[in-house]
Amino acid sequence: MWEYSEKVKEHFYQPRNVGVLEGANGVGDVGSISCGDALRLSIKVNPDSEIIENASFQTFGCGSAIASSSALTEIIKGMTVEDALKVTNQDIADYLDGLPPEKMHCSVMGREALQAAVANYRGVEWKDDHEEGALVCKCFAVDAVMIEETIRVNGLRSVQDVTNYTKAGGGCCACHEGIEEILVKVLAEQGIAFDPEAAAKAAEPEPLPIAASAKAAKAPLTLVQRIRRIEAVIESIRPNLRMDGGDAELVDVDGNTVYVKMTGACSGCSMAAMTIGGSQQRLMEDLGEFIKVIPADKMPAAREPRTAAAAGAYGGFGARRIPPTF
Amino acid sequence: MSDIYLDNNATTACDPKVVEAMLPYFLEQFGNPSSIHSFGSGVGRAVSKARKQVQELLGAEHDSEIIFTSCGTESDNTAILSALKCFPNRKEIITTTVEHPAILALCAQLEKEGYTIHRLKVDGKGRLDLEEYRKVLTPEVAIVSVMWANNETGTLFPVEEMAEMAHAVGVQFHTDAVQAVGKVPIDLKSTKIDMLSVSGHKLHAPKGIGVLYLRRGVRFRPLLRGGHQERGRRAGTENAASVVGLGKACELALEHIEFENVQVKALRDRLEQGILSQVPHCFVTGDPVNRLPNTANIAFEYIEGEAILMLLNKKGIAASSGSACTSGSLEPSHVMRAMDIPYTAAHGTIRFSLSRYNTQAEIDRVIEAVPPIVAQLRKLSPYWGEDGPVAAPEKAFAPVYA
Repeated sequence: MWEYSEKVKEHFYQPRNVGVLEGANGVGDVGSISCGDALRLSIKVNPDSEIIENASFQTFGCGSAIASSSALTEIIKGMTVEDALKVTNQDIADYLDGLPPEKMHCSVMGREALQAAVANYRGVEWKDDHEEGALVCKCFAVDAVMIEETIRVNGLRSVQDVTNYTKAGGGCCACHEGIEEILVKVLAEQGIAFDPEAAAKAAEPEPLPIAASAKAAKAPLTLVQRIRRIEAVIESIRPNLRMDGGDAELVDVDGNTVYVKMTGACSGCSMAAMTIGGSQQRLMEDLGEFIKVIPADKMPAAREPRTAAAAGAYGGFGARRIPPTF
Repeated sequence: MSDIYLDNNATTACDPKVVEAMLPYFLEQFGNPSSIHSFGSGVGRAVSKARKQVQELLGAEHDSEIIFTSCGTESDNTAILSALKCFPNRKEIITTTVEHPAILALCAQLEKEGYTIHRLKVDGKGRLDLEEYRKVLTPEVAIVSVMWANNETGTLFPVEEMAEMAHAVGVQFHTDAVQAVGKVPIDLKSTKIDMLSVSGHKLHAPKGIGVLYLRRGVRFRPLLRGGHQERGRRAGTENAASVVGLGKACELALEHIEFENVQVKALRDRLEQGILSQVPHCFVTGDPVNRLPNTANIAFEYIEGEAILMLLNKKGIAASSGSACTSGSLEPSHVMRAMDIPYTAAHGTIRFSLSRYNTQAEIDRVIEAVPPIVAQLRKLSPYWGEDGPVAAPEKAFAPVYA
């Protein structure tokens, strides 16, 4: 059985706001009966204040689908429609003290029901752009549809590419066979044979502005160039982190140690270590030298007040810099 | 009140007599059965005895037809891969749409490697059409693999007849009998079955022990090569304690086979009738007149199985479900889909599987617990109205993405 949090169990055993809502003026039906979960969310909005005065749900689904529905109604009651639309699926999951990766889609369904109900209230048609496939990577909850799309859009060729773009396969690696199967299928559509020996393409979703010149110039970088390069790499991984509601910021550089501050959903996330590992890999690839990425909260106390720029000004790492080894 | 275990098709408790028989083989009789010295020879004799106990339950002609393996899945894989090696020019396999993943996933992989897989369909009650079987059964086929009893519905397949048909065209016949062994009488020497898989933990032996029955004279290629254990047909030092445990479990199963088919069956029927008579809009899946004596699979319409299991669990009742959510996949059980059970019911299927340890008092507690749980979840369901399904449920609630 799934490892559900106490909060999930509580909302499943005693769901709040169940049933048909009298006087509802917004109803959203989402889900898929073939997948085994479907949800109807009813909201009663005060047309003058735009405040959601009441909300209720009816759900066909598993324990976490029912708990997510219950949590959603509790979260949005008393909110304005505008604020309610800012509720993310992560907010629903957080409210329940987390959901197992296989069950995150229940919180996604909750958020979509909310969008559909608000659209219904406003009298506009809501179109779902959500498509869900079988879960491939359990470490990062990435499904087959997302992997397929990402391969198509970005012309990916290798498992490493897929990991770089979606994080899928970046944890326990058990899904690599599954990712290879998807690559075989998608590449075949384009008349390309999957080559397991193929090297990963440039890891960045968007090539770094300085990447081209950097690869040509093998001469040691100046201090400022080096920090800019590190910053550019950190910048390039931020969009991915933001997709999951997190973020990262470069705090300091000391020799071959890079201090990065993880914020938002990344802070305290059990996957933060893997994100750190991934950015470390990218930095090493880009700079061609050994780099160690350390979360800023593990930074030695003496360094803390200093900013990255200040560190550069002290010239602390200049003398100890390890020459690039290509 | 202790918890009630009705998930015996998933796994069973070890019989205390099985554990008792095993214990000496951890601390005192720890020798390698292949060794010449006294530490080994006693273990060797115990393994021989166990082999005879398994032989007897299966009705095999010779004890050397019993090969100990690590589990049912290993036995299944060994059987199919052996046939493919023995008949390299035959590129077809016959199986069914409702097999256990141990067979289906292997066949899916073999399909990718170029083999043609004929998956026999089932009807709404989970029954095969032997005419369809006859049409694909040609000398191009390397092996037929058909389960004796379905793990979800308990439905029995006519494997003895199907083995005769395969034999007549010179095709090897394997049956995954992990659910049937110990629950229905089996007499292999009077059949044409070439290979049969057994799993210890389904019949009160421990996990990690299985058997592949291999009829004498049937062409065979081992999966694991190495030492001479199991006459070279399955290398690897014998899991002696578990082998002894499985032998004892087979002896006990043979003693209880009548009990299983009279008393356990009566409890199963009582449970089924008790639920069906109280809960509207539910039905038994599979073939009620031709199935295992211990299995009842009931579809509760308009609610989802995992939610039912969680509420049953809260009441101390253990069962399992064919819903997508319990497997982590997006589809409900392939067995329910193969029988064309509608999604609104397939996700709400609950399997109750009994054993000789269940009592009537337990069954009566379950009969009492189920109706309020179903009613509670239906109150949450968008498909359910005041006290029945909403009119035209599929139209009344048609969510945005399908």
